[in-house]
Amino acid sequence: MTVIKTQINTRSPQFAENDAAMREVIKDLHTKLDEVKQGGGAKAQERHLSRGKLLPRERIERLLDQGAPFLEFSQLAALDVYDDFVPSAGIITGIGRVSGVECIIVANDATTKGGTYYPLTVKKHLRAQEIARKNRLPCIYLVDSGGANLPNQDEVFPDRDHFGRIFYNQATMSSEGIPQIASVMGSCTAGGAYVPAMADESIIVKEQGTIFLAGPPLVKAATGEVVTAEDLGGADVHARISGVVDHYALSDEHALQLVRRSVSRLNWKKLGELDIQPSRPPLYDPEEIYGIVGTDLRKPYDVREVIARVVDGSEFDEFKRWYGETLVTGFARIHGYPVGILANNGVLFSESAQKGAHFVELCAQRGIPLVFLQNITGFMVGSRYEHEGIAKHGAKMVTAVACAQVPKFTILIGGSFGAGNYGMCGRAYDPNFMWMWPNARISVMGGEQAANVLAQVKREQHERNGTEWSEAEEEAFKKPTREMYEHQGHPYFASARLWDDGILDPVQTRDTLGLAISASLNAANKPTRFGVFRM
Amino acid sequence: MFRKILIANRGEIACRVIRTAHQMGIQCVAVYSDADRDSLHVKMADEAVYLGAAPARDSYLMIDKVIAAAKQTGAEAIHPGYGFLAENSEFVKACDAADLVFIGPPIKAIEAMGSKSAAKIIMENAGVPLVPGYHGKDQSPELIKAEAEKIGYPVLLKATAGGGGKGMRIVEKASDFDEALAAAKREAINGFGDDTMLVEKYLVKPRHVEFQVFCDSQGSGVYLFERDCSVQRRHQKVIEEAPAPGMSEELRAKMGDAALKAAQAIGYVNAGTVEFLLDADDSFFFMEMNTRLQVEHPITEMITGEDLVAWQLKIAAGLPLPKQQKDLAIHGHAFEARIYAEDPDQDFLPATGTLSYLRTPAESRHVRVDTGVLEGDEVSIYYDPMIAKLIVWDTNREAALSRMAQALGEYRIAGVKTNTQFLKRLAEAAPFQNFDVDTGFIERNEDLLFTKKGGSYSPNLLALAALYALLKLDQERQAEAKHSIDPYSPWHGFGGWRLNTDPALSLRFALPGKDEPVDVRVVAKSNSAKNFWTVFVGEHKLLVEGRLTDDRLDAVVNGHHRSIHVADLNNDLTLFTNDEHFNCQWLRPDLDSHEFEEATASLTAPMNGSVVTLLVEAGAAVKKGDSLIVIEAMKMEHTLSAPADGKVAEFFFAAGDLVSQGAELLKFDADEE
Repeated sequence: MTVIKTQINTRSPQFAENDAAMREVIKDLHTKLDEVKQGGGAKAQERHLSRGKLLPRERIERLLDQGAPFLEFSQLAALDVYDDFVPSAGIITGIGRVSGVECIIVANDATTKGGTYYPLTVKKHLRAQEIARKNRLPCIYLVDSGGANLPNQDEVFPDRDHFGRIFYNQATMSSEGIPQIASVMGSCTAGGAYVPAMADESIIVKEQGTIFLAGPPLVKAATGEVVTAEDLGGADVHARISGVVDHYALSDEHALQLVRRSVSRLNWKKLGELDIQPSRPPLYDPEEIYGIVGTDLRKPYDVREVIARVVDGSEFDEFKRWYGETLVTGFARIHGYPVGILANNGVLFSESAQKGAHFVELCAQRGIPLVFLQNITGFMVGSRYEHEGIAKHGAKMVTAVACAQVPKFTILIGGSFGAGNYGMCGRAYDPNFMWMWPNARISVMGGEQAANVLAQVKREQHERNGTEWSEAEEEAFKKPTREMYEHQGHPYFASARLWDDGILDPVQTRDTLGLAISASLNAANKPTRFGVFRM
Repeated sequence: MFRKILIANRGEIACRVIRTAHQMGIQCVAVYSDADRDSLHVKMADEAVYLGAAPARDSYLMIDKVIAAAKQTGAEAIHPGYGFLAENSEFVKACDAADLVFIGPPIKAIEAMGSKSAAKIIMENAGVPLVPGYHGKDQSPELIKAEAEKIGYPVLLKATAGGGGKGMRIVEKASDFDEALAAAKREAINGFGDDTMLVEKYLVKPRHVEFQVFCDSQGSGVYLFERDCSVQRRHQKVIEEAPAPGMSEELRAKMGDAALKAAQAIGYVNAGTVEFLLDADDSFFFMEMNTRLQVEHPITEMITGEDLVAWQLKIAAGLPLPKQQKDLAIHGHAFEARIYAEDPDQDFLPATGTLSYLRTPAESRHVRVDTGVLEGDEVSIYYDPMIAKLIVWDTNREAALSRMAQALGEYRIAGVKTNTQFLKRLAEAAPFQNFDVDTGFIERNEDLLFTKKGGSYSPNLLALAALYALLKLDQERQAEAKHSIDPYSPWHGFGGWRLNTDPALSLRFALPGKDEPVDVRVVAKSNSAKNFWTVFVGEHKLLVEGRLTDDRLDAVVNGHHRSIHVADLNNDLTLFTNDEHFNCQWLRPDLDSHEFEEATASLTAPMNGSVVTLLVEAGAAVKKGDSLIVIEAMKMEHTLSAPADGKVAEFFFAAGDLVSQGAELLKFDADEE
């Protein structure tokens, strides 16, 4: 294979400036992560621990095989969305290796608002289940939640993708043979009671776990019966009397071991098939990505330099190297897995769109997973391009990406603007996973362009009315738009709303992709049938 | 010379005798019990005869069966080794009756020395100096106590039939006397079936110096110089050396002559040892004579170049002494360390178990290992817990001692607790190197010799343990990955990979003497194909890398390259470095086993043994520290006492019952605070 020869001078001032800027945003990311990892805060954690319960992250640690990776999703979910501080949306989700099997883990954080479901908690839970379904990963629910967040019931309860969808997913995933295991390690009230009840196999912790459709206060209000939570729906009730759960655990640790045992009895086999080779690290240090990319989206660089720091041996066999050069396509391996990479090296033209469509077809034909490295301002505009049919050429690429049934992985490494987002497998195109680098931005167009478009419309108004509109006035008009786009296009804003599966330190791109591709191999290869390509 | 002999013993001494016999072209018959079916001495012998069940009284002490085995196999003589039947005059009689040669002294010599009181009278008459004391027949406690008063405290109480520290007590003051006498008598009756006691002056800073003598049947005798066995614990020898440091030629000749005189006073033939107490002013007193080959005979062999077993066989065959006194000389200096299955930090409590990991130092002209066990052998409750003897020789004491420390470092045992590290600390202790030694040496130097309870641990050693654990995890995951459908998946990684966060890998170790486990946090170097980690032990940060090949760990810790060995018995790790043997338990979180027992106060058997007596009634109120139950194991009594004020709810065993190590003996209900 062809080895990418780097052209980067790691001693240039530009490199140093980029590196420093990128490290600054990563530092900020770490600060934010440190905050959310405190869950509901020291006090709530202390109270939680004093009850003999483990904190949710500790539960996950003890559930995983020792030292096994954990690929967490959407760590910054719900960041600055609600008036309440709901770190990570009060739920920790991710893929972890349990008894040798990659599993989806969904763990409520009872230290955050009692583990109740805010709208984004629901969205994050459902997204985890979606990942489980798409990649055929067994699901483990570590339940410790008071159910729906009552003040937000309108955005939590009634709609299709609201609370009820969790149980719908459990039922339908179970029907697809995707195991559903629940461990009740705290409350499991009302709707929440269905998580263990709908599970294939369930566990409850003595004197910690409770399951009931209505808690003692509601029971008393409804029927006058006075009963303790333990007598109403504690471990002894459900393990000995009702049969709602299957296993009786004496402690959190015991429960987690019972989950591990359950997973070890799944008779699990990965069904995906790829031509796999031993993993080899890239020739160049992935940390150099910082100095190559920087945080200024307007500064161009050759995306091959990024690819060289992600793929095995920095080896990359390019496809149509000299045609439609603003889109780089080619074959490589990541952690030994063959991949087809599509990476932007400028705005998309008709040629690059057609090249992209062709390449996606190739990979779909061969069953090779696709990796999209998005850094795209959009498709080229102007009469010349409209006349040559850039819309239909772009449509071909979008069709190919939408229909391809191979696993797809998208990383926003820079800008993600307009229809470029579609052609490069944005969220709407159902990639198996999608991440953003902390320097990336996402919006329908760039802030500057949007401000200009709006100012243009305004200026025309002024001209029609014959009124004056000074440069200063125009600048003042454009400023809020620019700021709004910058704010809403920021990775924190995006990740808080689950437009992605999380923000990703560029250095970890290779490992993250390797883990994700490997996880996607749990699902069987699917044949692709493309729609009509407009010619 | 004999054509075939039977060795009426087991373990290292049986192997030792077989080795010399084979060199002399003599065939060997071993005997064995159920516990020794696959023992080394059986494998080494030309033939082996089964005697009986594991307890010695059902096998190695069965005179009839041993004699029958010799007759059955056509052996002409019997070597008794030491212990068992070695000093049993009934056995010698039985040999005579069966027309078998007993390789040892004549009956009357054994009988003369078998009773300590009688021996002293003989020695007194022969003009051998004795320690002041009472050796009378009248055994009334009042009289013995009065005699003790006469001699003056401290005094030593000893069972006349005893040996090896059993049935022996030092009494510091009159108020302790009655209890000590009762306890010594109990041990004596259990151990030897005879509780006759003697009492004598207890010398405060005496050395134990013994002389090896040999007499032939023609009436000639020589001494093969002395051995200093002053380092003792519970009156059992720990480390012996020859010659005795600071011994002048004049004193040596004087003591040697006294020893020969003692031997000849009883018409001694064959190998014997005359034990003296040597006081600081060079005065010496006869203690006792051992009418057998001693455990520590190899150090005499090392400094004289003679094979004492060969001498024994020749003399038993009626040949004269191989050498005259003038032909014997001392060359260099030798040490012997006795490697025991025991826990020095728990008052030398004997240990049992499987020698799952056993590596001995390489033998050379400087290093000799006399052993009767192989890796995988069981150290049972039935016999003496001595595993081996490590013997070293060099041209002078200092060089020999440094070889001893080195060889002890290379003696790697796991699976059973042993005293190798205690011995190493002893060999390295400055007072021992300077020979500030007497029989109270160990008690006086406890700080130097014992592991400090709950003490500090070296971050370097924990880093090595962590490195081992990491490499082991790597090997396990790789082996697992090999069978996986997705063999190169990063999910097989064990470095605790986390998104946007430092890896979360924490290794937990339990350290002996420390209640709280220690967590070692590990950060893997990302994107590195090499095994290279940063480990955090407390506030220490160490960089480790290495390679694991079977039990050999080539490690680099903060740039310090070293090659160590690791015994891993189900995550019970022993790290063998040149300097120390470090034991810790790797607490692996994912073993998928879980202890769910609710914690209640329980008292468990410290080792396999039998219940001697229950000291309180179930249900009776007891104070913290009151004795509750007495267990006998390895011929020693162990008393378990109440952990708190309260009562015994239930005893699970009765007197005479056998208990295994860890068995819950009783349920104890502590009073509420």
